[in-house]
Amino acid sequence: MEKVIELENLNKNFPGFSINDLNLNINKGYVTGFVGANGSGKSTTIKMIMNLIKPDSGDLKIFGMEHGDYEKTIKQKIGFVYDDNIYYEGLSLRDLQKIIAPVYHDWNNETFYNYIEKFELPLNKPIKNFSKGMRMKASLVLALSHNPELIIMDEPTAGLDPVFRKDLLKTIQEIMMDEDKSIFFSTHITSDLEKIADYIVFIKDGDIIFNHSINTLQNDFALVKGNRSLIDRDTEQEFDYISFKEDTFEAMTKKPRKIAEIFGDEVIIDKISLEEIMYFFNGVE
Amino acid sequence: MKILLSNSSKDPFYNQIYEQIKSLILSDELKDGEGLPSMRKLAYDLGVSVITVKRAYDELEKENFIYSIVGKGSFVSENNIALIKEKKMQAVEEQLQAVVTNSKEVGISLDELQEMINLFYKE
Repeated sequence: MEKVIELENLNKNFPGFSINDLNLNINKGYVTGFVGANGSGKSTTIKMIMNLIKPDSGDLKIFGMEHGDYEKTIKQKIGFVYDDNIYYEGLSLRDLQKIIAPVYHDWNNETFYNYIEKFELPLNKPIKNFSKGMRMKASLVLALSHNPELIIMDEPTAGLDPVFRKDLLKTIQEIMMDEDKSIFFSTHITSDLEKIADYIVFIKDGDIIFNHSINTLQNDFALVKGNRSLIDRDTEQEFDYISFKEDTFEAMTKKPRKIAEIFGDEVIIDKISLEEIMYFFNGVE
Repeated sequence: MKILLSNSSKDPFYNQIYEQIKSLILSDELKDGEGLPSMRKLAYDLGVSVITVKRAYDELEKENFIYSIVGKGSFVSENNIALIKEKKMQAVEEQLQAVVTNSKEVGISLDELQEMINLFYKE
C-alpha cells in the first residue's frame, strides 16, 4: 500500500518528555485517527510532520519527500487544521481569502464559497467575534479550499457541538470519496473515529502502542467479564489486561475465539469500544 | 442497495455488510452481473469507513459472490459454483428445519431422527 506519511526512528527530547525511535506509516487513500492521552505526544508528532518543530534525529517523509528540499512542494499539498487560532483576530474570512489564496497554486474560490455556505460562516465579520466552533470551521474552510491531497488535523472536534461534529465527519467522508486523498487527525472523541476511521494509531508516553485497521480492532479485541474465581495462573495468560473488582473481573483479550472455547457460557464476551481499549492500555499495568 | 447496520450488534460492520449483500444476492434482489456501488460510495452512504466496506467486498469476492474489474467496479458473479452451493445449502437447511419441526410435533426423538437420516443417506 502506498504511504503518504513515513516516520522512521524519530527522536525528540524535551525536558521531562521525549519521543524515542518513533516509527509510523500512514496509508494513502484512508482516514487515520490518532489517539492518546493528553501529553502522550500527539501534537509533538503532528508538529514534526508539519515541520513546525524539528526532530533531533530520524527520517520523516511526506509524499515520499523530505522537508529539507521539498518543504514548499509538500505544504502545497497539505491542508492543516489545528485548534490554536493562528489568524490575525481583526481579519475577516474575506481578508484571509485574499491573503491565503495567492499562496496556493490550487486554491479554488468556488470550493471556498461552497464551504463558507455549507458551514454558514459570515464572510465579512472579524474572526475575533467568532465562537470556538466557528473558528474551527473557518480553519477547515481555509485548509480545504486548495484541494489538498493530505489533510492533517489536530483535535478538530475539540469543543464542537455534536451537530457540527456530525457535519465534519460527513465532510471527511465526502472528501474520502476521492481515493487519492488521505486524512490524518488526532482526537479525544473516540466515538467519532469508530465509524469513519480506517486505521487507528494509539500513542502512549511517546511510543506508538498500535497502528491497526478498524476491522482488526473490532474483530480481534474483546471485553470479557466474569467471575473472579475463573482467573488463575493459567487462564490469566489468555488476557492482555485484567482489572479486578471484588468478586468479578473485566479484561481485554486479543483472542476472543479462544476465550469462548475455554470458558463457554461462564463469561460474557462483549464488543469493546476504542475508549475501553485505550483505558486498558493506559491504566492497567 | 438496502443495507441496515446495527450499532449494538456484536457483529462487526464489515460482517453485517457482507451478510446483507450475500443475502441480497441469494434472494436474487441483486441480479447476476449487476453492478455494486463503489466501495467509497457505499462507505459514504452507510457512514462507515472505506476499509470496512473493502473488507466486506474482499470476502464476497473470495467466496465468488462478486467479482471486480479494475477501474470499472464490482459485479454480482454469474452462475458461480459457490452461489449454487449456497442456495442448495439454504434449501437443505429449510427442509431440515421442517423435518425437525414435524418430528417434534409427533414425538420423534433426535436419536430416532438421526437413525432415519442414516438409512436414507446410505440408500
